Amino acid sequence: MTAGPREVRDGLRDIAPAAIAAIPIGLLFGALMASKGLTPAEVALMSGFVCAGGAQLAAVELWVHPAPILALAVSTALIDARHVLMSTSLARRTGAFAWWQKMLGFYVMSDENWALGERRAAERTLTPAYFITMGATLWINWVTTTTLGAIGGAMLGDPRLYGADFAFTALFIGLAAAFVRGPGGMAVVAASGLASAAAYLSVGAPWHVAAGAAAGVATAWGVAGEEEALA
Amino acid sequence: MSVDPWTLLAILVMASITYATRISGVLLGGRLKLSPRAQAAFNAVPPAVLVALIAPSALATGGAETIAALAAALAATRLPLLGVIAVGVVTVVALRAFGL
Repeated sequence: MTAGPREVRDGLRDIAPAAIAAIPIGLLFGALMASKGLTPAEVALMSGFVCAGGAQLAAVELWVHPAPILALAVSTALIDARHVLMSTSLARRTGAFAWWQKMLGFYVMSDENWALGERRAAERTLTPAYFITMGATLWINWVTTTTLGAIGGAMLGDPRLYGADFAFTALFIGLAAAFVRGPGGMAVVAASGLASAAAYLSVGAPWHVAAGAAAGVATAWGVAGEEEALA
Repeated sequence: MSVDPWTLLAILVMASITYATRISGVLLGGRLKLSPRAQAAFNAVPPAVLVALIAPSALATGGAETIAALAAALAATRLPLLGVIAVGVVTVVALRAFGL
């Protein structure tokens, strides 16, 4: 594996923007969890074991003491449902992974390193060194910043003041843009965005993710059918 | 540094569900045979999920967020990721300062 060090270096380089953007979010999330009565140790355990920003942010909203386990389970399943699609899509690209590298790599799969893994796989072989470097970086980053946030508490202030709440939106726009090719790609983005916003306003979170993903995938299916008919 | 047992149980339930969704594709994926059309549908999963995640904050939060999202999308055609984030964050902070 002479390419190992380069794959690790590429992974660190590619995940750096996402890791930097996640720092204020992690600090804020830790502070929020502490304000709901969780100890720093409990925050560290949740970030380490669950390691899913969306599901954890929803859990903050639901959290009371004692923990409402059924409500937390349903919310987690709904928000993480997108992982099934993402995992099925990325699993086609893991031919170079040993079984334990898949078990470990998918444990630390997040929206960000999954998107970067898909982008990498579109250009060359996806290596476990590249993918797990990105996942491990995000995992260490998330556990560290949320725990520090829980310890530091409310010193952080309102993230809206310095636009930190928008950093993830901008990050995902940048990641999504890398996948958009041609009029078919634009149609997927438009369908997904409109369906997601409509579901968010009418039904509410977390259904917008499923609605947008379904609309985008259905659009791609339809466009591909037209291209087949023309060919 | 105390850990409440009931809280720990809640964390482990959340962790089990999350890991099940993450590993599901690996357990199912190898057995799927996909037509070209299904391939196209699967290739659309990444942008569709990413756009669905951010659409509420980009389109349904306020004028500042919508304009900043457009600025970030424009920036994404020529800048690397950190540049896209910088353009988006600076735009949203500036527009909010103007009261949008």
